[in-house]
Amino acid sequence: MTAPVLSVRNLSKSFGGLQAVSDVSFDLAKGELLALIGPNGAGKTTCFNMLNGQLRADAGQVMLNGTSILGLSPRRVWRMGVGRTFQITATYASMTVRENVQMALISHHRRTWDIWRSASSLHVDEAMQLLKLVGMHEQAERAAAILAYGDLKRLELAIALAHAPELLLMDEPTAGMAPKERVRLMQLTADIVAERGISVLFTEHDMDVVFAHAHRIMVLNRGELIATGSVDEVRNDARVQEVYLGGGTLFEDQAHG
Amino acid sequence: MSFYFAQFLTGLSSASSLFLVACGLSLIFGVTRVVNFAHGSFYMLGAYVAYSLVQVVPGSILGFWGSVLAAALIVALVGVLVEMLILKRIYNAPELYQLVATFGVVLLMQDAILLIFGGEDQFGPRAPGLDGVVRIFGEPIPEYDLLLIALGPIVLGVMWLLLNRTRWGILVRAATLDREMVAALGVNQSWLFTTVFFLGSFLAGLGGALQVPRVSINLLMDLSIIAEAFVVVVIGGMGSIPGAFIAALLIGELNAFGVLVLPQATIVLAFVVMAVVLVIRPYGLLGKAETLAHSAGQVELPIRPASTLAKSVAGLLLAGLVVMPFLAGEFAIVLATDVLIFALFAASLHFIMSNGGMVSFGHAAYFGLGAYGAAFVIKYAGGSMELALLAAPLMAAAGALVFGWFCVRLSGVYMAMLTLAAAQIVWSTAFQWQDLTGGDDGLLGIWPSEWAKSKTAYYYLALVLCGGGILAMRRMIFSPFGYTLRGGRDNPNRTESIGINLRHHQWAAFIVAGMFAGIAGGVYVFSKGSIFPDEAAIPRSVDALVMVLLGGVQTLSGPVVGAGVFRLLEDEISRLDYWRAILGAIIIAIVVIAPEGIAGFIKKIAIKAGFERNEEQSS
Ligand SMILES: Nc1ncnc2c1ncn2[C@@H]1O[C@H](COP(=O)(O)OP(=O)(O)OP(=O)(O)O)[C@@H](O)[C@H]1O
Ligand SMILES: [Mg+2]
Repeated sequence: MTAPVLSVRNLSKSFGGLQAVSDVSFDLAKGELLALIGPNGAGKTTCFNMLNGQLRADAGQVMLNGTSILGLSPRRVWRMGVGRTFQITATYASMTVRENVQMALISHHRRTWDIWRSASSLHVDEAMQLLKLVGMHEQAERAAAILAYGDLKRLELAIALAHAPELLLMDEPTAGMAPKERVRLMQLTADIVAERGISVLFTEHDMDVVFAHAHRIMVLNRGELIATGSVDEVRNDARVQEVYLGGGTLFEDQAHG
Repeated sequence: MSFYFAQFLTGLSSASSLFLVACGLSLIFGVTRVVNFAHGSFYMLGAYVAYSLVQVVPGSILGFWGSVLAAALIVALVGVLVEMLILKRIYNAPELYQLVATFGVVLLMQDAILLIFGGEDQFGPRAPGLDGVVRIFGEPIPEYDLLLIALGPIVLGVMWLLLNRTRWGILVRAATLDREMVAALGVNQSWLFTTVFFLGSFLAGLGGALQVPRVSINLLMDLSIIAEAFVVVVIGGMGSIPGAFIAALLIGELNAFGVLVLPQATIVLAFVVMAVVLVIRPYGLLGKAETLAHSAGQVELPIRPASTLAKSVAGLLLAGLVVMPFLAGEFAIVLATDVLIFALFAASLHFIMSNGGMVSFGHAAYFGLGAYGAAFVIKYAGGSMELALLAAPLMAAAGALVFGWFCVRLSGVYMAMLTLAAAQIVWSTAFQWQDLTGGDDGLLGIWPSEWAKSKTAYYYLALVLCGGGILAMRRMIFSPFGYTLRGGRDNPNRTESIGINLRHHQWAAFIVAGMFAGIAGGVYVFSKGSIFPDEAAIPRSVDALVMVLLGGVQTLSGPVVGAGVFRLLEDEISRLDYWRAILGAIIIAIVVIAPEGIAGFIKKIAIKAGFERNEEQSS
């Protein structure tokens, strides 16, 4: 087995008295789609925030290809090839869809200090290619503020792919979408990452999506990892079943949150 | 030793006065999230009303205290009136609109007080029964000061009881923590806000009334107290009353002892302390992070390069400006020069505020720095106008470099307050450093070079410099740098997570805006031939805000249109007796009736009529 792209050891974070994440350790291999699941408030987003530098961890170690990235600012982590999408989509409301992607490209090509050229004429082709990839090219000229939620999620994916990342952190990439659309978007994501050899860590409440696409699953509960393994292993894990449905039949019912 | 103790007591008594005012301001901000400029006007009104009542009632103890209380009550009712008539309509507007509207109230109140009480400085009588001095360690301490010293903690105690032991107080605290929650509890929010305004205004009125035996009553009291009260509230943490108390003590003592060490810099000191506190604790000593981002108003549409129609209009305007001197008289040329200067000034504010989301309440600082920078070159370096016009942007940019470093660390109201503090530092330096700036007398005799002496030549110089500046900033707004700022305004989180150091870009933008404001200041000083501290004072900053607002915050041509209309309007009404009141009423009317401004309004019409591209409004 080759060295993992991302290696996390003993990651912990508390908010006041609340232990939001405790002692989380895992590895993410190249090209792997790893799902981080767990009930609301389990600490998934908190993990993501520590991984991309938005939140300072209390303890632990995070290595990206052998280099420690814990404590770096979000922008440094991004420059090292980590892309991120947010649970609550973060896009520029007063720009068009295309301009949203162009901004990521402009930053990637380090041209944010340019005060002369017109931003909306830079990297147009590259931006359109990315939009095409996620199926948003027809809406390129629309204002991001008026997009449907599912389209915003696609746009975020295009933005996150702009700097050709090695690792993608996707926080609930399909939240707020219709069930059919969820599966389609995740399929799309799976295809893209497979083609480009990107590794993905994602959280998701929709078990259909998780079971259909995750290579491996980790289950977080009250900040602690209670299970890690293949889809079948996790599905049949007694503790996981207890956490999700109080021990009843699991997942066939599509537990939402 | 005893002298220092006496000085300490003086500090305590002014701290108490300051606390009364700041406490009301903080209470109002905590609940309604409105930064109320008019609070200083309520204070001034309290002083005038109490003074007048004391004149008519016999000089008994009861008469005096009755007058003070009656004055505070009257002010409280005026506060309620203002709240119900004006503020209720703008609680959901962006803070910029609210602040400008409350400044409209300031202008209205100034003229109302002038009309009712006359404009002379007044000196009230001593408080009956408390007109003596007590000797403490041999130093004479006014009895009245001792009373004030006691009053601060008493008011703090009463406030604590009100907030912790009454149902009303619990609601107020809940609203301070989380406005949504109160609405969810089914509380009548409107009623709560009005009562809070009553109490807050009462405290301001009381603070003012209590000054009658101590200081001269004049028409400048409102802005001088409000600046200090802002400092106290911000240092204490906006919405925190114990914080305001601690901060009032800090500022009171700082003033009392600062005057011994640095008599030239007393005003500056308070603002420096505020800046330092904010950098260490971005939400003040006892303040909490704002739970709710302030509503940013309507979502803005993507910006587009000018349409053919807009380009033609702009082209015509430019052509008109070029030929104007051949057609118009000298008066119109001077006025047009003024408009150009203020259009650049407003555009520089628009650049950071509208495009960058950095609300500056102290943009006059850079206008003033530019103007003084140019004046210094002429006065002290014997330089030419050309050199001076180069020094103007450099001096302003240097100021923006220093102040901007502090300001971009904060956001929202705190940033706005810090920019205000920065402007007050510049203003008070200009005011107090007489050897350099001539203080209130200003610097005179700063005239253009020979070739630009004629009004027409100077007009063309202004057209090139100001027009060039405006176009340069417009170009920047469309550039990657401008888009980065825009992105930072839309979503700072996204900006950082696509690898952008937002703070650096904002800092740079702050410097750029300061530089262009400095050019405006430099051109201004030669057009007037003189410079006074007023050019860096609060009203000048508000001018810029009003111009941007008048033109339309979300419209690129807004500042130019706004400056033109504002200047022409001001020129018309400033000949009238009560021009402040008229201006104030206009400001309030714009905020309440036409928040999209003139250019925004025209654009809306143009889109409706099909002249301009339409953007889908909903999906
Ligand atoms: N900034 C914060 N301050 C205090 N507590 C926080 C903060 N952020 C998160 N928490 C708490 O930490 C716990 C974990 O939150 P987190 O957002 O990581 O959960 P999550 O697994 O992403 O949940 P969801 O599925 O609802 O998105 C929750 O109890 C939450 O209330
Ligand atoms: Mg989450």
